[in-house]
Amino acid sequence: MAWTRKILRVDLTNGTCTPEPLNMEWANLYLGQRGLATKYLAAEIDPKVDALSPGNKLIMATGPLTGTMASTGGRYSVITKSPLTGAIACSNSGGFIGNEMKMAGWDMVIFEGRSPTPVYLYIENDHAELCAADHLWGTSAWATDHALHATYQDPQLRIACVGRSAEQGCLYSGVMNDLHRAAGRSGVGTVMASKNLKAVAIRGTKGVGNVRDIKAFFKATQAAKAVLAGNPVTGEGLPKLGTQVLMNVINEVGAMPTRNMREVQFEGANRIGAEAMLVPRESDGKANLTTNAACFSCTIACGRISTIDPKHYTIVNKPEYMGANGGLEYEAAWALGSDTGVDDLDALTYANFLCNEDGFDPISFGATVAAAMELYEIGAITTETTGGIEMKFGSAEALTKAAELVAKGEGFGRELALGSKRLTEKYGHPDLSMTVKGQEFPAYDPRGIQGMGLTYATSNRGACHLRSYTVSSEILGVPVKTDPLETEGKPELVKAFQDATAAVDSSGLCVFTTFAWTLEDIAPQVDAACEGNWTTEKMLEAGERIWNLERQFNLDAGLTAADDTLPKRLLKDAAKTGPAKGKVNELHKMLPHYYEIRGWTTDGVPTAETLTRLGL
Amino acid sequence: MLKALQLEAELCTGCLQCEMACSYENEAVFNPSKSRIKVFTFHDEGRFAPYTCSQCSEAWCLHACPVEAIVINPQTGAKEVIEDVCVGCKVCTIACPFGTVNYNSDTGKVAKCDLCGGDPACATACPTGAITYVDADHTGLARMKAHASQSIPKS
Repeated sequence: MAWTRKILRVDLTNGTCTPEPLNMEWANLYLGQRGLATKYLAAEIDPKVDALSPGNKLIMATGPLTGTMASTGGRYSVITKSPLTGAIACSNSGGFIGNEMKMAGWDMVIFEGRSPTPVYLYIENDHAELCAADHLWGTSAWATDHALHATYQDPQLRIACVGRSAEQGCLYSGVMNDLHRAAGRSGVGTVMASKNLKAVAIRGTKGVGNVRDIKAFFKATQAAKAVLAGNPVTGEGLPKLGTQVLMNVINEVGAMPTRNMREVQFEGANRIGAEAMLVPRESDGKANLTTNAACFSCTIACGRISTIDPKHYTIVNKPEYMGANGGLEYEAAWALGSDTGVDDLDALTYANFLCNEDGFDPISFGATVAAAMELYEIGAITTETTGGIEMKFGSAEALTKAAELVAKGEGFGRELALGSKRLTEKYGHPDLSMTVKGQEFPAYDPRGIQGMGLTYATSNRGACHLRSYTVSSEILGVPVKTDPLETEGKPELVKAFQDATAAVDSSGLCVFTTFAWTLEDIAPQVDAACEGNWTTEKMLEAGERIWNLERQFNLDAGLTAADDTLPKRLLKDAAKTGPAKGKVNELHKMLPHYYEIRGWTTDGVPTAETLTRLGL
Repeated sequence: MLKALQLEAELCTGCLQCEMACSYENEAVFNPSKSRIKVFTFHDEGRFAPYTCSQCSEAWCLHACPVEAIVINPQTGAKEVIEDVCVGCKVCTIACPFGTVNYNSDTGKVAKCDLCGGDPACATACPTGAITYVDADHTGLARMKAHASQSIPKS
């Protein structure tokens, strides 16, 4: 068993920390992390609860492979009800906090209630205590990280925390860890801040030593590592170019959402993509990219470490931004860049630094700025609304100013911080919000990649690429190539990806491994570590169970089939250029069949038979 | 042929596979806090560097030990701690100029790299070649080759 079989319950209202045994019956059904924590959340809260009230809970959860030598075995997730969508939220992060929680002897930490004053949780192995955080409140995630390291004088201390944006009520704030990694989406950091919980600092020296069959574990993990190393994406593309390897690929297939998704190709793509990050600049002869970096246990190492041109307007007289920090990933580069029409690599890198420093999601932020730019263009908002910012598409100054305001919760930033759905509704143009269930789209236009339309519409956490990344199949041909412009077979593809991904997200491994791995590579690693005979079939079944559990939570929260849709723009306005020219997303051709193969009614509700089959 | 660990910081990604391999080999647990090789992060520079005992020929730790608990393994050249003899006085940790002998409060003894008896687990685990186990007389060979490549005629 690679579970520690122990969870920590933190009652913030009463200031207590209480250990309790992990429910092993549930672990056998939901594996860990995303699945298991969702089970706890669904069992313990009313799905209709106000996400920012003390009645909501927030769970930080590891998987059974977190803290082991399995490649990428360092992941953790933050599970709660989202204030952005009103649906289930589960945001996954790497870095080094998940493994530290596991090494300290905890599978998960459940936070409940609300502290009367700001606090942080300190964990050192079995010892856990809530400490006053008044001195940290009002400071950024980076400042909080530095302050806690200074307090404990322990360089090995690992920290997850929220920045100022979350304190100020930004609805898409994440939980930052290790400075540059984030449980980024759906406002999980906003929930954390609403509980007056500023940070979690962990030091674990117990290690993970309870692998079920260590010989089988080394055999399975070494074979799987060889698969990653030999794959062109995980072995070469991601380490060298990062997820930004996708920028030019997706632009060429005509699926690069541009200027609030009005267009599907961005003329500036090559100025903000992976290759541009490697070009030495004039001022100091250095490239934007300093090096690639790994999260705990990861043999891919796709992370970007970057610097900004020291002469760039964004950091003049700001030495705090001149060092190396977390650089642009594809999603951030797209949302901050292509979607706003900004092609200034240094401005995007600066905005990305601010997203990390104060913990807000660059996807939702960038897409909301894009919506504001369109509102500005049609005259629905003016410089009077924006506090003087000329919110023009392509304006780097507007983008970086907006980032500064959202970071601190000031001025027009307070409106941008509510996301594009609320912003566009307020100014009378809800159709300009490129969201599903209130969450902004990621970087794949579903007119050019049809399966992604169904992915977004049915994602349990609102628009999201990581719930079923059919781009793998439709564009990259993994595990089999399908036609991105066809809808035939996509419901089956989406369901298969959704179920498999739910299992991967519950294991402690990173979903990026699935560029190379299938469940055939993953199940033997889980099985060697855990009791329960984890075959590929059992993993898939657990994934399907998790998917339906999340669906049921959302239905109980008040969402319906009417929420399984896309913005009009993607259903009515055809792509103007590229291979998808003339296409809209044909969701109506896919959705009914998807419900059918899910074992749901035509209203998208799991049938009694389906629930019984999955033991729900 | 005597072999030695060759550490190339430029290739390190900071994944800590080496630390887990080391702790598993020596303590039967995945636990970086018990690793004898450490990866350091230099945040502002955006660099990572693995570091461990370089097995000095004239080992300060060995000479400083008052109970002769540190001995040379004739096969590997490693300076090894005999746990049964070590009294945990920590004089070796003071003597070592590089800080690569460390006290383990769980056992009350010191621990240091022993090259895993000639098959270092860290080198096997490293996914990028930042840690390799090579001919001790030529630990600089890869770097020499890189510089030599600059002198070959450009086609």
